[in-house]
Amino acid sequence: MHIPDGYLGPQTYGSMFAVMVPLWAKAYSSMKKKVKEETIPLIAIGSAFSFVIMMFNIPIPGGTTGHAVGSVLLSILFGPWTALILTSIVLIIQALIFGDGGITAIGANCFNMAFAMPFVGYYIYRLIRGKSPISSKRSLIGAGVGAYIGLNVAALLTALELGFQPIIAKDSQGLPLYCPYPLKVTIPAMMIEHLLLFGIIEAVVTVLVLYYLVKTGILKEESYHE
Amino acid sequence: MSKTKKLFIGILVLVMLSPLGILLPYFFKAGSAWGEWGPDELKEMIGYVPKGLERLSSFWNPIFPDYNLKNWSEKGLFYEILGYVITGLLGVTIVIGITYLIILVDRKTKNR
Repeated sequence: MHIPDGYLGPQTYGSMFAVMVPLWAKAYSSMKKKVKEETIPLIAIGSAFSFVIMMFNIPIPGGTTGHAVGSVLLSILFGPWTALILTSIVLIIQALIFGDGGITAIGANCFNMAFAMPFVGYYIYRLIRGKSPISSKRSLIGAGVGAYIGLNVAALLTALELGFQPIIAKDSQGLPLYCPYPLKVTIPAMMIEHLLLFGIIEAVVTVLVLYYLVKTGILKEESYHE
Repeated sequence: MSKTKKLFIGILVLVMLSPLGILLPYFFKAGSAWGEWGPDELKEMIGYVPKGLERLSSFWNPIFPDYNLKNWSEKGLFYEILGYVITGLLGVTIVIGITYLIILVDRKTKNR
């Protein structure tokens, strides 16, 4: 889901940066208010977890690969605004140092995986959990459903951003300038694999880690941002 | 053992296991993620490279492309696995460092 350089034209990647700048600013000031001294090491481990979980590429036999992102888990643990900052750090490092995702696409990739995904996932989680404690069955189910839908929303946004390119940018011969695939290709290609496989992997990873943190008592009755 | 230490060791274990992320796709003959093909791959698929894509795709040269040391991925699977773990450790270190840095800068502005 990491859009590389060249797949989005300047209108798209420029707009995505323009949308992200105020979100980064808001997230930063929100995190500033919330972070407690004793949670700083856990927050750092949270961003490291997101980085390393994205290295586990899961194959579709004979097809493509995909991976979990972890940003819904981070939003459950530390709140969605802190999750936005942590996932953005990971995505920016991946782009700059490892060429995973483009530099020009940092705005778009952060919008999809660091903003839309943890926010959608978090509010679905809160809705399902209701007033139950974090260790409850409702909380674990909410985490799974939130992670599944969060990842799929990010996949859909990626498909839309890619699929719009042939409509808005063509060269003198009428060939696409950037991503060559239209919406009718990008949407099914992205959604089938994420709905059937990668979304489930995201849900399993999120529930397992939350369950482990609750079971071992590392996570107390409330998550770190409440 | 402190909770933090336990979780940090968990991260290190995950880094050691991360080569599964290249081995599984290798054994199941799976390629790139959808929409993450390089210009060469794209040319094989559709017969041309979109002009804007070609221009933008080469503008950045990462130090460790595809989570590997330069040319190690061509030296065989063993080096690819080793390189993946090394760059994984490096990535984890950098990500933890930057996270701390951002929160610490944060602290200073708060105390001012």
